[in-house]
Formats: sequence, C-alpha cells, structure tokens
Amino acid sequence: MEDINQKVINKVIKIAKKKEAKFPESYIYDIAEAYDRRELTDKELETLIFRIKKAYEHSKVESGEAIGTVAAQSVGEPGTQMTMNTFHYAGVVELNVTLGLPRLIEIVDARKTISTPTMVIYFDEDHRFDEEFVKKTASTIAKITINDVLDDFHVDYGQMNVEIVVSPEKVKEKHLEFDDIILDIEKSFKKHIINIDDEDYSITIAPKLDKRTKNGIQIRDVRLLADKLRNLQISGVKDVNRVIIRKDEEWVLHTEGSNLKAVLKMNGIDKVRTTTNNIHEIYTVLGIEATRNAIIKEALNTLDEQGLSVDIRHIMLVADMMTVDGAVKSIGRHGISGTKSSVLARAAFEETGKHLLHASIRGEVDELTGIIENIIIGQPIPIGTGSVSIMMKNK
Amino acid sequence: MNPVLKQISQIAFGLMSPENIREMSVRKIETPDTYDEDGYPIERGLMDPHLGVIDPSLKCKTCGSKGGDCQGHFGSIELSRPVVHVGFGDTIYKILQSTCNKCGRILLTESEIESYTSKINELMENGESLTKIIKEVYKEAKGIDKCPYCGEEQEEIKIDKPVSIMEGGYRLTQSEIRERLEKINNEDSLLLGVNHEVARPEWMVLTVLPVPPVTVRPSITLESGERSEDDLTHKLVDILRINQRLIENMEAGAPQLIVEDLWELLQYHVTTYFDNESSGIPPARHRSKRPLKTLTQRLKGKEGRFRNNLSGKRVNFSARTVISPDPNISINEVGVPETIAKEVTVPVHVNEWNVDEMREYIKNGSDVHPGANYVIRLDKRKIRIYDETKEAILEKLKPGYIVERHLKDGDIVLFNRQPSLHRMSMMAHEVKILPYKTFRLNLCVCPPYNADFDGDEMNMHVFQTDESRAEAKSLMRVQEHILSPRFGGPIIGAIHDHISGAYLLTRKGSMFTEEQAFQVIRKAKMIIPKKKNDNWTGKELFSLLLPDKLNMQYKAEICNKCDICKGKECHYDAYVVIEDGELITGVIDEKAYGSFSGKILDKIVKKYGSDRARQFLDESTNLAISGIMKVGITTSTHDEDIPEEAKERIQDHLANAEEKVDQLVEAYENNELEALPGRSLEETLEMKIMQVLGEARDKSGKIAEDYFGMDNHSVIMATTGARASMLNLTQISACVGQQSVRGGRIDRGYIERTLPHFKKNELGAKARGFVHSSYKEGLNPIEFYFHAMGGREGLVDTAVRTAQSGYMQRRLVNALQDISVKDNGMVTDNKGLIIQTMFGEDGVDPTKSDHGKVADLDRIIDEMRVK
Repeated sequence: MEDINQKVINKVIKIAKKKEAKFPESYIYDIAEAYDRRELTDKELETLIFRIKKAYEHSKVESGEAIGTVAAQSVGEPGTQMTMNTFHYAGVVELNVTLGLPRLIEIVDARKTISTPTMVIYFDEDHRFDEEFVKKTASTIAKITINDVLDDFHVDYGQMNVEIVVSPEKVKEKHLEFDDIILDIEKSFKKHIINIDDEDYSITIAPKLDKRTKNGIQIRDVRLLADKLRNLQISGVKDVNRVIIRKDEEWVLHTEGSNLKAVLKMNGIDKVRTTTNNIHEIYTVLGIEATRNAIIKEALNTLDEQGLSVDIRHIMLVADMMTVDGAVKSIGRHGISGTKSSVLARAAFEETGKHLLHASIRGEVDELTGIIENIIIGQPIPIGTGSVSIMMKNK
Repeated sequence: MNPVLKQISQIAFGLMSPENIREMSVRKIETPDTYDEDGYPIERGLMDPHLGVIDPSLKCKTCGSKGGDCQGHFGSIELSRPVVHVGFGDTIYKILQSTCNKCGRILLTESEIESYTSKINELMENGESLTKIIKEVYKEAKGIDKCPYCGEEQEEIKIDKPVSIMEGGYRLTQSEIRERLEKINNEDSLLLGVNHEVARPEWMVLTVLPVPPVTVRPSITLESGERSEDDLTHKLVDILRINQRLIENMEAGAPQLIVEDLWELLQYHVTTYFDNESSGIPPARHRSKRPLKTLTQRLKGKEGRFRNNLSGKRVNFSARTVISPDPNISINEVGVPETIAKEVTVPVHVNEWNVDEMREYIKNGSDVHPGANYVIRLDKRKIRIYDETKEAILEKLKPGYIVERHLKDGDIVLFNRQPSLHRMSMMAHEVKILPYKTFRLNLCVCPPYNADFDGDEMNMHVFQTDESRAEAKSLMRVQEHILSPRFGGPIIGAIHDHISGAYLLTRKGSMFTEEQAFQVIRKAKMIIPKKKNDNWTGKELFSLLLPDKLNMQYKAEICNKCDICKGKECHYDAYVVIEDGELITGVIDEKAYGSFSGKILDKIVKKYGSDRARQFLDESTNLAISGIMKVGITTSTHDEDIPEEAKERIQDHLANAEEKVDQLVEAYENNELEALPGRSLEETLEMKIMQVLGEARDKSGKIAEDYFGMDNHSVIMATTGARASMLNLTQISACVGQQSVRGGRIDRGYIERTLPHFKKNELGAKARGFVHSSYKEGLNPIEFYFHAMGGREGLVDTAVRTAQSGYMQRRLVNALQDISVKDNGMVTDNKGLIIQTMFGEDGVDPTKSDHGKVADLDRIIDEMRVK
C-alpha cells in the first residue's frame, strides 16, 4: 500500500466526497490502486466511484437481518466437509500442526492449552538476511538439555552416583558456555553432592543422605537423578521445544511450542510480524484487539487450508462475539451461552436443571427478548420480519 | 387467523413457599393406593378426581370441565418430617458454610456486607449475572472461623453428596438444617444468593410436597386391560407409603433409630422423585430394572421437555416421503404426489369471488383431487366433508366460511432436508401435483439440500396463513437462494449431466443441421428462433439462452493451466469469451454454471436478478439435457483401458520407485541417511518414502493420462467437473497408490510387521500398504487388506466428524442466534449490547457481495471501457 501515492488517495477521497459516497477506508485504497494500475482518466475515475457507490448502497445488509444465525451456519456447515487428520503445514514440512475440524473447534472453544502451539518469528530489517544472527537466535530459543551436549554418561551403582562428560565441541556449537551449564546444574541440584572436574569436563553428582533417604540411597534414587539430569534444560525459551530455520524471502523461524512474551523481548526480532497460534497467549501479551484479529486469522486459515471459502465477515462476527466484553469467551456453556441473561435460553441449551434451580432462588426474570425464549412460549421471534410491527393510528 | 390477544412480556422465577404449595393444592393426598377393586380412583389417593381427569367421559371434581378441557390441579403431601430438595443440596451446603451455626448471621463484617450488598443491587438493576459475586461471598465467608456477631467458634461443615451435611463429625438432620436456614435474615440471604423477594433459604428444605395433576402423569391402559402407571406416580406412591409409615412409627413412639431410618428412606424417595440421576445415590428402578424417569429427567437433554417439546415442536400440515429427480420441473417447483396433496390442506376464506371455486372443491370431496377435507363454519366449528354431508354443507356455504382445500398446483410450501445445516436447507417451492408416491425435485437444488436419490427422504410443510405465504414467497423461494451467504457465490447450479451435456454441446466441432438444432431447441422447451438455413453450432444454441449485453471472459474448468495462456486462441477451447450475450469461444462446463463455481450464473444473478437467473438455469439445464440426448454419452470400464505399452511403462516406473524405496531403506539401515532438521531418522525415512511413492502414483497416473483423449466420456466427465476426478480414473487404470492410516503408511497389525507375509521390521513399499495394482486389474489379497484398512479409517472418520461438527454448530448457533442488524446499521444482541458498529466493518451483506467484495473493480473498468 505504501507505493500508492498519497496524492492519488486524496484525489479519490475528494471525488468520493463530491459524489457523496461514504466508503470504508479500505475501498479508497483499492480504488486508488486500480486508478494507478489501470491508468484511469479523471473522468473514468468519477464514473468508477459513482458505480461503486451504487454497488455499495445496493449490497448493504438490511436491518433486522439475522446475521448471527447466518454467520454461525456459515462457519458450522463447512465443518461437515473437513478432515479430522492433522497434516503438516503447507510450506514447513517439518512441523506438525493441528488442522481441519479439531483446530476449528479449538479456536471457537478458546482453549487455554492448544494441542500444537507454534510460533512464526520474523526478524527486523537489520537482521532479516543475517544468517549468522538468525542461527544464533534460533539456538538461544530452542530447548537444549544436558543430553544434547553430552559426550559420555554413566550411572555408577557401585558409587551410587551419576557421571557425565560434557563435550566442549557440542557446547560451542550450541553457543553455550561450560560455566553456565555448571551454574544451571548447581542451581537445580542444590541438595546433591556435585563434583566438577574442569579439565576433562566431567561432572559427578550423587544424592545426599538426608531425611528422605535415611535408609540409604536406593538404586531408584540414582536412576531418577540420572533422568532428571539428562533432561535438565540448560538453554532456550520456556515452552519452546524445537526451532526450525527457514529461508523464503528472508530468514524466518518456526517453532514447536510457543512463548510469545519471552520471544518478543529478544533482540533483533520483528515485533510486529512475529506471532503465535495460541490465542490465549496473544490475549495476555498483546490484548483483546489483537486476540480478535488472531481468532479471525486462525479460523480463516484453517478454513482456507481445507479449500472452503467462508466470507470473512462471518468469522469477524464470531470473533467479535467472543471478545466483546474485553476477555476471551468460548462459544459454549462456559462462555457465551452460559452467561446469557435469559434463563430459558440457558436452560434450553445445556444444564437445564441447574439453570432453572438457580433462577428460582435468585428470583431471576426472563424478559423474553431472545429467539428461543419466544419459540418456547410460542410467540413470533423478534428478528428479521418479526422485528417490525405495525401500529394503527388512532383517529 | 386468530389475532394475538395477549402477549407474554416476561417470566419471573421463584421458589414456592410451603404456604404457596398448600394454597395451590386442591386436595391433600394421604393414601398410597390409587384405584379400588372396581377400578375407581380412591379419594385422597394419587388419582383423586379432584386433581383433574384425562378420560373425556369423566368430569373434574374441582373445575367441573370434561377430561381434555381440564388442565389439571395440583395436590399436596404433608411430609411428616422435612426433607432436603436435591437441587439445592449444594446451595444449602454453601450457605451453612457461610453463616454462623448459632445466630445465623453471615460470617462477614458490617462493612463487607454493605459493600457486597451495594454491588449486588447494582448488578441486579443492570440485569447482570450474580453468580460471580456470590461465589466471592461464599469464598470470603467460608474462611472465617469465629462469628463476628456472637463470637461463636465455627465448626467445619462438609457435604456428603447429594444432600447430607456434616458438621464436625455429626450429621445434621434435615430439621436442624431447616432451623438454621430459618435464622438467616433477609439482608444476609441476598448475599448468599437467595433473593428474599421470591424465596427464603428454609424453603429449600421441603415440608410439603406438591403433587402434580394426573394430566402430567397419565396412566396408560394396556391391550390386556392392565393399567400401567407413569413413573412419577410410582415415585409418589413410594413417598406416600414411607411418609405414612413414618407417621405411624412416630405416633407409636418407635425407637429413634427406626424413625431415623425411615426418615432417611423418605429423603431417598423425595430425592429420586426430583432427580433420579444425582451422583452418590443409586437410581430408583422399575420392576424391569429400568431406571425411572423422574422430574429432572423429563426436562433434561435432547429428549427432554426443553429441547424436544419447547425449542422444537411437532407440527400439522406436513408430509414426508422419498425424493426422486425430475429435470422437467423448474428449480422453484416441487413435485407432490396426489395422495399427499389430498391429505395436507390450505385454509381458504370464502368470499364472493371465490365461492364458486370453493363449491367445486366441496363437490369433489376429500377423495377426488382438487377437493376439500373440512369446512369451518362461522361459529368456528370444523366439519368433515363426507359424501353424505356434502349437500348440506354446500347449501350453507357463504362468505366467512373457511374451506380447507387440497393442495394444488402453484401453492407455496416449505421443503426441507435434514440435517438443516444452513438456511438453504429449508426453501419455499411451488407445488406441482404429480402422479406416483415420491417428492420430485429439480437436480439443481440438490447441492443446497445436500440431497441425492439413494433413498433420501424430505419433509414438506404447508403454510396456513397469508402472511407466512407472502413472507415465504419473497424471502424463501429457491431462486432467492441461488447465492449462498457463506461466500457470496452460487450454491444452486448445474451438476453431473448438465455439465457434461453442455460441454458436449458447446465444444469445438459440435455441429447440428437446422433440423437437429430445432429438435434440440424444441425438446428444451425454448422459444424457437428464426430459421437461418444453415448449420448450427452448439455455441450458437447456448447463446440463445444468454441475456443480451452480457460480456465476460474467464478460463473454463477444462483449462490445462499452460505456462503461457494463449487466450482466445486456446488449443483446448478453454478460454471463454462472451460478448453481448454471444458465446464466441470456449466451452460451457462447471465453471460456467455449476453449483459453487458457476461464473455465468453468478453474473446473471447479480446483474439481472434472481428471476432471470432462474430462467437461465431452467433453460440451460434443459438444453444441456436435450443436447446430451442428441449426442449421447456412455461410460464403462472400457473407458479406462490403456494399451499394453502403457501398462509396461507404468510397471517399469513402479518398479523403479520401489527400487528407490529399497535404496532409502538400505541407506537408513546403514545409517547413511541424513535426518531432516528437527526430525528423527525414522520420520525422515517415512517422509522420503511417502514422497517417492506419491510421485510414483502421480507419474503412473500421468502415463495413463497420455493415452486418454477428450473423446473418452469418463475423461470428459472428470475434466469438465461433472463427476469424478482424474485421480479416480488413474486409480482405475494405472495404480491405486499408497494406503494410509493416521496420516502415514500402514504400520500396525502384527508385532513389528503389518502382516505375517513380511519379515519383521520390513520397510519396503509392499510391506507397508502400497498398492501397485489398479482397480481394473484387481488387487491381490494383501493389497486388498491394506485397502480395506484405509477404507475403514475413512468411514470411522466420517462418523466421528459428523457428531463433532454437529455439536460445534449447535454451540455456534446458540451463541450467535440473537444477533441482528439494527436500523442504524449497528450489530447488537437481544440485550442491546453492541457487538459491531457496522457489520463486517463495511456493512456489506456477503450474499449480495461479489465473493466478499462489493464489486470487482477491474470488471467495472472493463465494462466502462467497452462502451
């Protein structure tokens, strides 16, 4: 959009004003872009704007339209045609990402923990093409355990201790320092006896005799220690397990596991484009507006990927409904449907008994303004043609 | 019909006090017996005639009206000892936890009470949910162990679900619970979630039990003359029996232990009377071991009162039968069998202009088709038309009468196929009475209903008022739904033979003599054009249907996607150019007027309106069919024949691929394989093998395709988008390809191998479900087995998916159904909460948009420049 001349835009705005056409902003850009691309004369531009104005007025929603139901059906109906399988992502072969119906359900459920969180990390202008920097960042993000830097490892049941030999090459390759590793180990094994041999990079750890192990150290204790030691994370961002480096037009990192907050704090990262597929994380880190956009983007991608076209406006409505009151609410009994004001509407959805009993002691009053309430009592519904009534003038 | 006299404006909920229950009660029920030996209901029994009657021959002793007119009256049972209502067990527990065990005050300080009260009052005024704040009160008060008012130490209170409440180690009796609840004052009770205007905490412990009228629990008489009582009656008998025994024992001064046991039993029966599925207690069962269906079960769930009888209701004037296709009726029509037309009726108000017509219907009676079944007189009495009564009715017939006449041609009805996933699942059709016993529908409306004719049934509903008919005609007619609101493109359109027919008609070299051309036109019921004394091309024939001034250019479905598009000079005739309603180049196929993708159809609806679109669709499908009948189309397995030479090439190729797989496996076994970043060796190997085998299938398909030409009917169907795909054809003729389970090659079955025919851990193509054969050659037993595994997964997948997506849709609809556009363009829900200030950020209806956009700028510019 940057390459569209501001002058052209102003011109379009001016003519639009003259024609009394009230377009949303995005239309102005589109028209300006077409003006440039198709080399329109001013007269042609005027007729174009006039025609679009007519088309726009013609295609507005009518008042009373039950767009909620239409949106719900438009999002729900393609669900029957989706797959259940998780396939790998188009483009990044190495990553498994939940797709299809399970992913769509995950989105509308606003799940706190999703099955395959993943991030796409972009770099800022200075580092976009800096391979060295990208690889270094990748290695600081990726999870590295002691196991990844070992040369040798053995459990000595005679001495009841665990010995590891760290490989200096591997440490260097991962951009780490031996001393840091030792610090990490000391921090997490405070209650153990640690012997460090700086020269051949070997570390011996044994469980200490204390209250818990007063009957002597058992083989089980040593084994548990060995497992814990090997899986000790010595580098990387929490919750991110793997990082895949890709180069398309620029260097991009894809991760398995997601921690947006930590990654955004890192240097050299494009904070605007870097994103995650975990909606709740976006909510806590970036806020509600970003969440709304994330829901729209994720839902649209899921549907598009399956080759199903759904108008973005329907998905917008779903996303807006989920985020109206400033917090993410799920579609279902714990979210939107459970917090409806009408007793009958809640009772007709799920947990009938609970809602009726609660309503009775609270003294709730159902104002009967919704759809199902009116269906239940057998009155016309206040939507669409039912939203208008005729009044007769008293003469 | 009947005007609305009164409208329900709100429904208030509240708890019934014992006084309320007694006041409402017309009779105290005391005896557990229902009928005496003669079969008459016993006074003060559960079937007391004061509670209302079902049998129309009896009279209600309370209101005096006959059975059927009397809606019933409540009775009551005086419980000898109080009993906790199951539904409130948890609430009582929380209240007791939050109040002093001595003075009954809430365990909060004055200032806390004040702040919570004002918060709650504010929420109540705004009509918002109190659940959150009351939870907070419970949490606050629970932690305090000394009453701030009387200084009493508080003991820990526990609940033994569903209704027993323990304090310390002592189990509180229901009377004690009630006493404690009585002590709570009105101000405190509000904080505890009990609105004192409609409920008191102690009312949650019952002393009187309402007995629902017999109309709520009708008994049924079996064929053998035996009476079978409703589940509720059974439960009430149990309650009465124990209640009676408890009274007797207490009067006789029985030991405390026995009284307590009986009391416990009474509690159990009352509990299961309200809810027979509450956790912690065994459900009460019928003699046949079937659990009883008591009050909660009646309301709950899919088959409960709410979802089955209130949100969805059974209706009259509806019909259901098998559907079958009829290409000769319009998309707006539905063929209705005469037998159905004679059953479902339309009420017609008689006036002086239609009285003669109505007379005719009555004369025909209910057995001859355009007849009538009932007449409603001025006094609102409904009279059936019989041959004997005909004359009398005819004599009296005058304006003001209502005649329920048979359905006839041109009536508007609603037509529906379940599952009704979107609004196009219910559309209004015009009736066309046809012989035989099935509903007939035009093939173009199959996609929106998702219907086929392998035994599908559909429902029809007949409108009973003029308002509904008018509304349906302007909003619900099929032609108004050609465009789907989901993506702003056509969902109704040509399918199958319509598409291959149009292709055969309009492809290059399709020529007709004038005589043949006129035969086709006549058959298609089109307006006969002027003679031109020359041969007609198929394109000319199709052009007859296109509206004038229609201009468009697009690539057809058969487009080969060449690197350089030659445009109008396309070798395959895949570049469609329409100028001023004249098809210049290109063929008509799925892209032109197929459902979901028809571009011409799309443009016609948007530019010329739905009437013209309907006409175009009706005529063009008719033309396509008459075209296909002239040219002929047939298919058999011979279509998939490929020469010996091709088979050899495919075999060579597959052998080659298998060798590659073996090489990969060998490399893997020798540890020479390099892992992809972030993948294990095994995963890398699998991915590489899948890739090789995928390519092998594609390549063998390509080889087979080389031998297929556009004179092959199967190929025509696949490429024009009529039915099937090239993949189907190559699977039949060349190679079926890799079978998959869970997104990967097959690796399950026996220990470390798929079948005992292979070595353990064998990783070759054949051992993991690659099918070399084609369907036509036939699969060998091993291949067949793998194929069945893959096929089974597909079936399971579909079954699971329908259930999951169904539930998701129900939740979506429930969450969004109250949202509508207001007059000022804002999007709000029923509370008036603004969800969007403008729908979809630009206020555009997707149905009226052009695939999501208001207008295609380039198209407008093109159109401008043409002029």
